[in-house]
Amino acid sequence: MHADPKGVLTGVHFLDGDHACCEGTLAAGARFAAGYPITPSTEVVERFAWRIPTVGGLFIQMEDELAASIAIQGAVWGGAKAFTVTSGPGFSLMMEHIGYAAMTETPCVFVNVQRGGPSTGLPTLPAQADMMQARWGSHGDYGIIALCPNSPQECFDLTIQAFNLAEEFRVPVMLMLDECVGHMTEKVVIPEADGINIVPRRFTHKSPEEFRLFEPQADGVPDMVKAGDGYRFHVTGLTHDERGYPNMTVDTQDRMVRRMQTKLAPLAGSRAFFEAEHLEGADVVVVSYGITSRVAQRAIELARQQGVRAGKFRLISAWPFPAAHIAELAARVKAFVVPELNLGQMVNEVERAAAGKAAVIPVTHAGGTVHNPETILKAIVEAAR
Amino acid sequence: MNETTLEIPYEIPADAHNPVEPFLRMDRMPHIWCPGCGIGTTVNCFTRALLDSKADLDKVAVVSGIGCTGRVAGYARLDSFHTTHGRAIPFATGLKLSNPELQVVVYSGDGDLFAIGGNHFIHAARRNMDLKVICVNNLTYAMTGGQTAPTTPSKVISATNPYGVFEPSFNLVALAEAAGASYVARWTTYHVKQLARSMEEIFKKKGFCFIEVLSPCPTLYQRRNKMGDGLDTMKFYKEVSKVRHGARTSECELTKSGEIVVGKFVDRERPDYFELLRAQMTESLGDRYAEPEVSCSEC
Amino acid sequence: MAKGFVSITVERCKGCGFCVEFCPTHVLCLSSAFNSKGYHPPNIVSAEKCSGCDLCGMYCPDFAIFGARYAR
Repeated sequence: MHADPKGVLTGVHFLDGDHACCEGTLAAGARFAAGYPITPSTEVVERFAWRIPTVGGLFIQMEDELAASIAIQGAVWGGAKAFTVTSGPGFSLMMEHIGYAAMTETPCVFVNVQRGGPSTGLPTLPAQADMMQARWGSHGDYGIIALCPNSPQECFDLTIQAFNLAEEFRVPVMLMLDECVGHMTEKVVIPEADGINIVPRRFTHKSPEEFRLFEPQADGVPDMVKAGDGYRFHVTGLTHDERGYPNMTVDTQDRMVRRMQTKLAPLAGSRAFFEAEHLEGADVVVVSYGITSRVAQRAIELARQQGVRAGKFRLISAWPFPAAHIAELAARVKAFVVPELNLGQMVNEVERAAAGKAAVIPVTHAGGTVHNPETILKAIVEAAR
Repeated sequence: MNETTLEIPYEIPADAHNPVEPFLRMDRMPHIWCPGCGIGTTVNCFTRALLDSKADLDKVAVVSGIGCTGRVAGYARLDSFHTTHGRAIPFATGLKLSNPELQVVVYSGDGDLFAIGGNHFIHAARRNMDLKVICVNNLTYAMTGGQTAPTTPSKVISATNPYGVFEPSFNLVALAEAAGASYVARWTTYHVKQLARSMEEIFKKKGFCFIEVLSPCPTLYQRRNKMGDGLDTMKFYKEVSKVRHGARTSECELTKSGEIVVGKFVDRERPDYFELLRAQMTESLGDRYAEPEVSCSEC
Repeated sequence: MAKGFVSITVERCKGCGFCVEFCPTHVLCLSSAFNSKGYHPPNIVSAEKCSGCDLCGMYCPDFAIFGARYAR
């Protein structure tokens, strides 16, 4: 279906990534946000708080990130599309409820504008060091989706995508910005509402007597309901059966936890989001994401000017990791160069997928600024030798 | 001998049924609560309050946190949410804000609501969020084995204070009043009629309402303190409780074996969150303000 | 004749004794028999005194007993 025009600010704008992300939430149909102030992410909800009273929705500033990250889930079960926004220290507090959303298959969006860590770290400066936390930060086995925009335009586009994927797969989706992308101001084109595709919530058509809240459909994803519609359903973070009732058996645990991961399998393969360039005949492929992909772009161009056959593989969906694509490339390239604003996170996934068939060279950076393209260039040139 | 044969010296009318059953997920019985635990008794009062208030049960949601009382959500045949430890109130806040026609009841224990969830409690009360909070206070962390709670009175022996509790405890009703609750009452599981009436009263009252219900935990509180079983505790409640409506909450502290002041302490009118929101937005935005339409069946 | 009656689901009872203690007309006592979980459920000793007030039902934490009045 198309976006509700009430939330769509059609036109050509000059916006930073945080503000573009906010416009994305409104275009996607989010009418509820809960947040707690934290640099460098607060602009997203500041704009939402400014915009939403005339669109017809609510923003509430909660007492902490624990509250914000569960309030949105209450709103979702009340029938809303909802999200919260934070940065590293707040993201750490939200881990509990990323697990709850995964366990209860609550579609919602968590925006993390990454800054340097650990702990309070570098509040105003960029990093990409929460990538593993996004995937594994809550306890237990589960699956999530993480998207990494590299421009304000993508902050808009991928925010809509994040809501759509959350609905399609009934999972929490992480939108992994970084301080640079969040605070970078560029042209953002917001299309007409009827040019924006929205995935509506898949509410059940069954009667309350027949309906089971955690019974997967053919795609492994169960249908939804909302409170107040007479279904008298139960949601729990305990291991539960298809009815949603607590069930502590090994069989139920296995069935449920495996499904929570396997339902996302298409996103690791045929439906992975990425941007590729110059992969034909490439010797070296630079795998990057977010702001680092823009620095890498320069390094790839410089390398190609020197005659090095360098290609680009930009992760847009970092989780599930597109392992099949990396494995396929590994069979025909010499090396992968993986620059990221951390001391080596996604590079481990590249290494795992490459399985020894190609060299994998990390270009690490502790954060606080972006790489110097020369550093990446040097790694590409050395890898090509 | 497995089956008891009980002499019922009369015919039970065919249409007779336990009035609680339509409110409960009977396919989940028996419940997990111990013999002599009072949580089930509070659930009886809750169901009778729902019955008497003639609430549309499709529009009542129960939200619980973690712990023994946290299991109420799992047994209530309503839209029910068993959330994470301490976070029932913020979850309920989101639920209420997205779907204001719901009557949202938070049903949880003292440890859940006042230790790990204490911050959420005071802020929801401050906002006067339209939530009905029922706290079953058994003075301990029962589910995890009887550790000290923020409500455990001085001198009590607990699993984590084996030599006696020495930290001061919270007076929940005073805390609720100070934080801004519109309605504050305390009962014990002995006071079933009064408790049911209080619950019915808060279903009809707007804003943040709080009822504390003292309840026995024979397995992990009374036993460890040589205070007998559930029935002994019920008799103790009967003996030491004093009904004092309108009492100053600051004078209603609980001790290990002293008087228990019960009654309705606070019942005041304060604009709730939605009223405040609407007033402010209308003042600032006039006609441009759009009433929230957060919940949607087609989007 | 009694104004009311009580109905007991023996297997749900955990023998706490609340119903016996707080029945205003002393209709009940704890049985010496066991249910399959090993608890002593209540037994009816003075059926004729039951007013059907359902206080037993309000106290019973296990939803194992309720009282009701006979339809007149």
